Amino acid sequence: MTTRDEIIARLTELLAPFNKEGVPLTPQTDIAAELNIDSAGVMDFIMEVEDTFDIDIPLNVLSETRTIEDLARVVEERLA
Amino acid sequence: MKDLLEKHRPVFERHEVLVQAGADAVGLVNDRVLSPTRAIIGGREVILAGTNNYMGITFDPDCIEAGKRALEEYGTGTTGSRIANGTYAMHRELEQALARVLNRKHCIVFSTGYQANLGMISGLAGPEDTIFIDADSHASIYDGCKLSGAQVIRFRHNDPDNLARKLSRHDPGKGGRLVILEGIYSMLGDRAPLAEFIAVKREYGFQLLLDEAHSFGVLGEHGRGLAEEAGVESEVDFVVGTFSKSIGAIGGFGAGDHPLFEALRWAAKPYMFTASPSPASIATSLCAVHKIENEPWRRKQLMENSRRLHEGFKKLGLKLGCEEVSPVIAVQCPDEPSTLAMWNALLKAGVYVNIALPPGTPGGVHLLRCSVSAAHTEEDIDRIIALFAQVVAAQPGMVAEA
Repeated sequence: MTTRDEIIARLTELLAPFNKEGVPLTPQTDIAAELNIDSAGVMDFIMEVEDTFDIDIPLNVLSETRTIEDLARVVEERLA
Repeated sequence: MKDLLEKHRPVFERHEVLVQAGADAVGLVNDRVLSPTRAIIGGREVILAGTNNYMGITFDPDCIEAGKRALEEYGTGTTGSRIANGTYAMHRELEQALARVLNRKHCIVFSTGYQANLGMISGLAGPEDTIFIDADSHASIYDGCKLSGAQVIRFRHNDPDNLARKLSRHDPGKGGRLVILEGIYSMLGDRAPLAEFIAVKREYGFQLLLDEAHSFGVLGEHGRGLAEEAGVESEVDFVVGTFSKSIGAIGGFGAGDHPLFEALRWAAKPYMFTASPSPASIATSLCAVHKIENEPWRRKQLMENSRRLHEGFKKLGLKLGCEEVSPVIAVQCPDEPSTLAMWNALLKAGVYVNIALPPGTPGGVHLLRCSVSAAHTEEDIDRIIALFAQVVAAQPGMVAEA
């Protein structure tokens, strides 16, 4: 069982290559807005997350997923 | 309360930079269009190498005559939806002609290619269904998925194994599964590895929609598209296409053999709640469909021209969008400023190409996107290559190296 903190740590690692401006990452970081990643970039990041955790995250849930913590919750639900 | 347009300030300011750099690619105006391959832009004649006018059919005398006759006989517009007063005999005639050419039982004509994808996807899939789309899908596919209300899962571009992995852990529940692929991807010009995707279809089961927007008229012995070229037409359940490329008009279509296919006419709002294509557009499209059917030299010429440009660019050492030859040939640049500078220099030198920037491009690449026409002469293609060579030599480092 992967804990929420472990998921957040892994997501933060996966996000690093997309964080071109080197913004400090916390669980409350708004992925698209604060890191200035465009819509296609966010979807590409999500594909990395899907492959890493061996889950699928439908695009539909992304509109309500803003922060790293939001995404961790989605990953946790999908792993269950 | 926040102003509604404030969210668009970044894109507005990004455009202002383009205007100031004298490279307002999205605001470009054709003062006059002289032929499928020439226009007057900014007071100068330029070669058009970014029009998707694959068959070079837009000035065909027979198509123009058919359009004129339709204007005189049926008027300027239908002023109505296909399900009200907007279906004329010629709409049906075009649907029948397309069905015949595509070797499909059914065909529905839409008012634009964008609406063809919106209508077909939202008609096929609903909230209980799941759609699997290629990461590089066209915006009309993404928007069609949104309109459908289905769960949307994105797989890695042209990666059948990645799709298989997603299908293997997917429980369709009470719903169906739709996979959407494109014949030729519009930005890089690469084809879907269709036979490999069909193998995944046999293993996991889904219905397949293939968007042949850039491949209809272009690929396959009869121009039916990638499905014909790959020899897997019977495995492709639904085909979508557009009239704004090989057909040289405006409109789109969906086709298939499913016994319930005609129900899409009452299930697809982008079909029902818009005016039907104008008589002139339908008449020129019908004439162009006959030409695609009966003039295979256009396809042959297009592929010869595409090969010539592809090879010419390779010799210049340019980094292209893909290794396969198709009429879409994209030249990669390192970043946005270099792409703008190159685009501008090419236009000044006398050739128009498309500019393609993130987020509209796969993997955030910056592209000078060329599309080839059957109407280009050998001399035109050589001139395009020479102008690229000249502009690249004048501004070294502005294009990516192969």
